[in-house]
Amino acid sequence: MDKTVQPPKIGALDIFLAFAQISISGFGGVLFWARRVLVEQRRWLTDREFVDLLALGQLLPGPNVFNVAIMIGDRHAGLRGVFAAMAGFMGVPFLIVIGIGMLYEHYQALPLVQRGLTGMSAVAVGLLLANGIRMAMVLPRHWRPWLFGLLAFAGVGALRWPLIGVLAVLAPIAVAAAWRKVR
Amino acid sequence: MERADILALFLHFLMLSSMAIGGTQTVMPDMYRFVVDAHQWITGKQFADAYALAQAAPGPNVMYVTLVGWQVAGWMGAIATTLALVIPSTVFTLMFARVSARNPEAPLGRAIRRGLAPIAIGLTLASAWILVRSVNHDWRGYLATVLTVVLVMRTGINPLWLILAGALAGMAGLV
Repeated sequence: MDKTVQPPKIGALDIFLAFAQISISGFGGVLFWARRVLVEQRRWLTDREFVDLLALGQLLPGPNVFNVAIMIGDRHAGLRGVFAAMAGFMGVPFLIVIGIGMLYEHYQALPLVQRGLTGMSAVAVGLLLANGIRMAMVLPRHWRPWLFGLLAFAGVGALRWPLIGVLAVLAPIAVAAAWRKVR
Repeated sequence: MERADILALFLHFLMLSSMAIGGTQTVMPDMYRFVVDAHQWITGKQFADAYALAQAAPGPNVMYVTLVGWQVAGWMGAIATTLALVIPSTVFTLMFARVSARNPEAPLGRAIRRGLAPIAIGLTLASAWILVRSVNHDWRGYLATVLTVVLVMRTGINPLWLILAGALAGMAGLV
């Protein structure tokens, strides 16, 4: 990691609050809020570090932003930080989602509810899209990273190939190319 | 719901989430097959509803896994699927973080991060692309999505207001 602006001490409580804020704000997905809170509001990470950590979170099994939460919790407060990140990220949403499931059983038939959900979803995917565009803007102005980004997009997004297959081919080549440059 | 069934649910989801490289969307079809087709614990409609609700609800989209567990077996089911989701992820991530933290400036670690970052960006845009196409039924939905992108990138508006506006526009039949 690069030397960056970091507050003197980030404790387990800060970590719990940050990830509770991220996950509860996450209508239609948490990635947008993860970047906003960690990079823009709390400045625990630079844009570049965020993209790097997210790349790792995507390579490791499980929910991507959850993996980022675990790494940040561990980095700043060890195992206590890990449990704080877990509780913040999954604890409150766990109760919310079950409460919403109960409500849905009663009100799912209402057309008003259905239409409201459709409008919310259209906005939510716009947030995710804006996030992807912002992340792409910090890529180096060089053809190689853009080519790998485009291939990942085309394989998984346009052609709908299985992610594991796409990663198995692209990841080693991308890392090997970066390895030659880093050395 | 028998205890053995909840254990089976837990173990199957545990196995799937250990393989969920790149996010949990990749293993959703296998979760569907297990609870809907193989065991017929819930219907396909219930599964799809759980997914849509978790998208709209505050919280990570992955909480659909919790909702599916809840539909299958109430609180015990919800706890079983949620734990199955987080345990492998936490263990793998911690192992990796501890190993790489020893020498964060090692060229290989940097090469892995630099090499994978563009792929992560491409996959984020791919998820957005897939969702945009599945959520929007006509040009008005696409317009709402594009307006959101422009407003978020050009202004400092709090996105929660945009989501509220989207819900109201939907109820009014505009989207």
